[in-house]
Amino acid sequence: MPDFREDVRLRLARLNLEPTREAAIVEEMSQHLEQRFEEMVARGATPAAAREAVMKELNDGRLTNELLQIEKPMGFEPALPAGPGFSSMLARLARDLRHALRLLRLSPGFSTVAILSLALGIGANTAIFQLLDALRLRSLPVKNPAELVQIRVANQKGRRGRSHGSFASFSNAIWEQIRAQQQGFSGLAAWNMDGFNLATGGLTHNARVMLVNGDFFNTLGVPAIRGRVFTAADDQRGCGLPGAVISYGFWQKEYGGNASALGGRLTLEGQAVEIIGITGPSFYGVEVGRTFDVAVPICSEPLIRGEESLLNSRDGYWLAAIGRLKPGWTPAKATAQLESISPAIFRETLPPTYQPEQAKLFQSWKLEAAPAGTGLSRLRSDYEMPLWILLAIAATVLLIACANLANLMFARANTREREIAVRLALGASRARLMQQLMAESLLLSLTGALAGVLLAQLLTRVLVSFLTTQFDGVSLDLALDWRVLAFTTGIAMLTCLFFGLMPAVKAAATPPIVAMKAGARGVTGGRERLGVRRALVVAQISMSMVLLVAALLFVRSFQNLVGVPPGFREGGIIFADLDFTRLKVPQEQRNDFKLRLVERLRALPGVQSAAAVDIPPISGYGWNNDVHFDDSGQDVREVSYFNRVGPGFFKTMDTPFIKGRDFGPEDTPSSPAVAVVNESFVRKALHGGEPLGKTFKVDEGAGKPASVYEIVGLVKDTKYQDLRTDFWPIAYLARTQDRKSDSDASVVLRSDLALDSLTSTVEQAVKEVSPTIAIQFSVFKDQIRDSLQLERLMASLSGFFGLLAGVLSMIGLYGVMSYMVVRRRNEIGIRMALGADRSRVLRLVMREAATVLVIGVLVGTALSLASTRAAAALLYGLKPHDPLVMAMAAIALGVVAAAASYLPAFRATRIHPTEALREE
Amino acid sequence: MSNQRLDRELKKGSAELLVLSLVEDRQRHGYEISKLIESRSEGALRFNAASLYPMLYRLEKRGWIQGRWIDKAGQRRRRYYRLTAAGRKVLRAQRSHWQTFVAAINQIAGIENA
Repeated sequence: MPDFREDVRLRLARLNLEPTREAAIVEEMSQHLEQRFEEMVARGATPAAAREAVMKELNDGRLTNELLQIEKPMGFEPALPAGPGFSSMLARLARDLRHALRLLRLSPGFSTVAILSLALGIGANTAIFQLLDALRLRSLPVKNPAELVQIRVANQKGRRGRSHGSFASFSNAIWEQIRAQQQGFSGLAAWNMDGFNLATGGLTHNARVMLVNGDFFNTLGVPAIRGRVFTAADDQRGCGLPGAVISYGFWQKEYGGNASALGGRLTLEGQAVEIIGITGPSFYGVEVGRTFDVAVPICSEPLIRGEESLLNSRDGYWLAAIGRLKPGWTPAKATAQLESISPAIFRETLPPTYQPEQAKLFQSWKLEAAPAGTGLSRLRSDYEMPLWILLAIAATVLLIACANLANLMFARANTREREIAVRLALGASRARLMQQLMAESLLLSLTGALAGVLLAQLLTRVLVSFLTTQFDGVSLDLALDWRVLAFTTGIAMLTCLFFGLMPAVKAAATPPIVAMKAGARGVTGGRERLGVRRALVVAQISMSMVLLVAALLFVRSFQNLVGVPPGFREGGIIFADLDFTRLKVPQEQRNDFKLRLVERLRALPGVQSAAAVDIPPISGYGWNNDVHFDDSGQDVREVSYFNRVGPGFFKTMDTPFIKGRDFGPEDTPSSPAVAVVNESFVRKALHGGEPLGKTFKVDEGAGKPASVYEIVGLVKDTKYQDLRTDFWPIAYLARTQDRKSDSDASVVLRSDLALDSLTSTVEQAVKEVSPTIAIQFSVFKDQIRDSLQLERLMASLSGFFGLLAGVLSMIGLYGVMSYMVVRRRNEIGIRMALGADRSRVLRLVMREAATVLVIGVLVGTALSLASTRAAAALLYGLKPHDPLVMAMAAIALGVVAAAASYLPAFRATRIHPTEALREE
Repeated sequence: MSNQRLDRELKKGSAELLVLSLVEDRQRHGYEISKLIESRSEGALRFNAASLYPMLYRLEKRGWIQGRWIDKAGQRRRRYYRLTAAGRKVLRAQRSHWQTFVAAINQIAGIENA
């Protein structure tokens, strides 16, 4: 037995009756219908037929209109106190919302489209804002974060030497001077972030290690939840490895949160250390987006880094520092004090290797204090601008969705204008009526916002996965906080105003007499409304144009980057980083050891070629220096980039040789130093002269003779550090001639084996040499992909938003064109009766669409020209005002407009003149 | 005026009379009223739910009939309508109006003599 209660209730929804009255009518009428149904079935009708007959009885359009005259609609009676009291306002709002809910349930199609488009728009905005919030706006999870400032060098011009870690401005010598001479801080925290191997051999298992000063945790106000944190006593020169403090996340991940971890041991680069403390779950370190696993005192650095220690190096920049301001001190006051001690500090800590010119620059450095309450972040500096751009794009999409909704609301208001007019005639106040109409918008935007927040949780995680690379996990605190919720509520309210207010004002402003008149279509109300709706579509098209231009710019920029020939073939290449420090190979034997290692890997089945390389291309690492030539008579210096590679490197990378020879066994530390250069080197440093046989010099620091290299080969240009930059001059030196060989080696391998079998073969081979050698693999293709993650993010997201904008505009234009055809049915009928043929009618409608399109595109072009400048820094190989991109966007919109208006136009040609006229 | 429209006007004018007469002697629920109209007119007159109930509510509002929910053992409660004193007066007046009206029509159109 079907239940008709819902059917009846739906038909009563528009009446807005008192709930008890409505329930009584529903009960009574549904009983009637059920009895009718039973009777028909008993007489032999099928249930489907019976139901249909019963529904027909109910659908007799009179029900609502008749009841409207008899029953008192709830909204207009003084049952609720109409006073300005808060509770009566709330009661009215609740009633309006209930009424709106029923209306929305009456048109599920409209509600679904509206809520979906709002959810998408609000979700995208919330997701991006959530990332910005996590990256930019949150305070560090430490005590009184507002008191923290970063201490740095204002303009570190002329810095030469070794750099290690983000934000690293200081050598240990400078740091010790600052600590001794500063006055504005109650505490200082210095650190260096690095990856150290936890494994004792085989595959590398890196932990993110913070080298920290003794006061680090106390300055930040971060206690240990188990054991203890460091004190100044732990950080004394020559301390060895007095202990490690681990993060909560690392404790959970590696020890499952087991209490026995405290007092246990872990190894860092083969050195055992005891775990003396565990920090709380909220503390991730001071760099937003990158957590730390293990912290050890700075004084332990020489033991862990061994030969590569920077502790005593004057030109090793590896420490960053944060200070906590004393009460009453401002960042400006602290900066003034730091500036006053700067000359003495930099005089005291001058690196002895600096040439006089560099030394002058070094001694002019000034320390400064910058607010650091929200922590420091590489991610932030890289992604803040792109995220703001994406937020602007997402906001525009939301605006387009709002314009669409406003259009739909106009259409709805139109179908209800008689009802509204009756209410006005019966004495409802316009303000009250608008409140009711706005309640509907409010309900839509709140539902959309709720769905949007949920959607955003998914989207944010997708966004974060865009930021994550092979080796660098991104960990951001993405929990919803009041800022995100306030933001979402705010935009929900704004959207509600945007799409709801205008139709509500319009609808409530229509004079009842106009709306009540039968066939009101010819009067100005309709025209005016169509005008507003047309303007909305023009706005939609112009905003879509901006988004399409942005999308095309980012997509083409990404294509340019991917399409640029890098000078090597990246497919099939992996890099194996081998670290044999624990074998303690004497320095003079290291070159041979590395050669043999490479030979061994090259001989593996499936490996086509292999070579040693110091700096894998596109890894972000680099080494540059001045080169100079004596033979010209004057000492001309040019900057060149460098790399050290072994024999077979160019063949492995598939970089073509133009002339000369590769490095070979004849190049030893005792033979004359040789170099292979690229085309840019010849062009920039040699000004196009013949390279082979030429020599160049490289300075080796004050007091040492310059090294001399003879050019023996010329190769094609390749990208060095970054695909975005031009080709740089590169000089390749022979790996085998290195006199200060390290205990680690990168080997590049080309193979057509599957990745897994290749890495396990290599791992096995290395293990046979020694199980203590640490290995880390990186896939070249992934490395290149990672280096373009920002461009990929921008291209994918702006492309997605561009498409969305196009679709929304198509819906908007379609709606308006259909509406226009219905409104002008009469006119078209007359035209056809007077002899206009179908193609003429088609043209009439299409011309209408074309007008809207052309205005939209013109406005859109102007907006694009004005707004895309912000994206200039993120583009590669094209200008923000690329005419081709503008043209493509305009054409795309033309196609969209044609598609959206063809169907209404076609319908117009099917109008039958006599029928159209009879309807008058 | 089209035939259809005349039909509608006639129906509307007479419908109130029909409903009032049917609840004159005893209280009845809506479905019963619609069945009785249908059967006593041998199918010539039919009210569907969408027009019957608004009419009942209108009559009730004017105070001519009164509806009450009545529970009967073993059944769902139903709403029964009965004629009020005011309704009785109206019915009486309407009956006489209709009698006069029908007689006049008959005399002019000569239906009985045809």
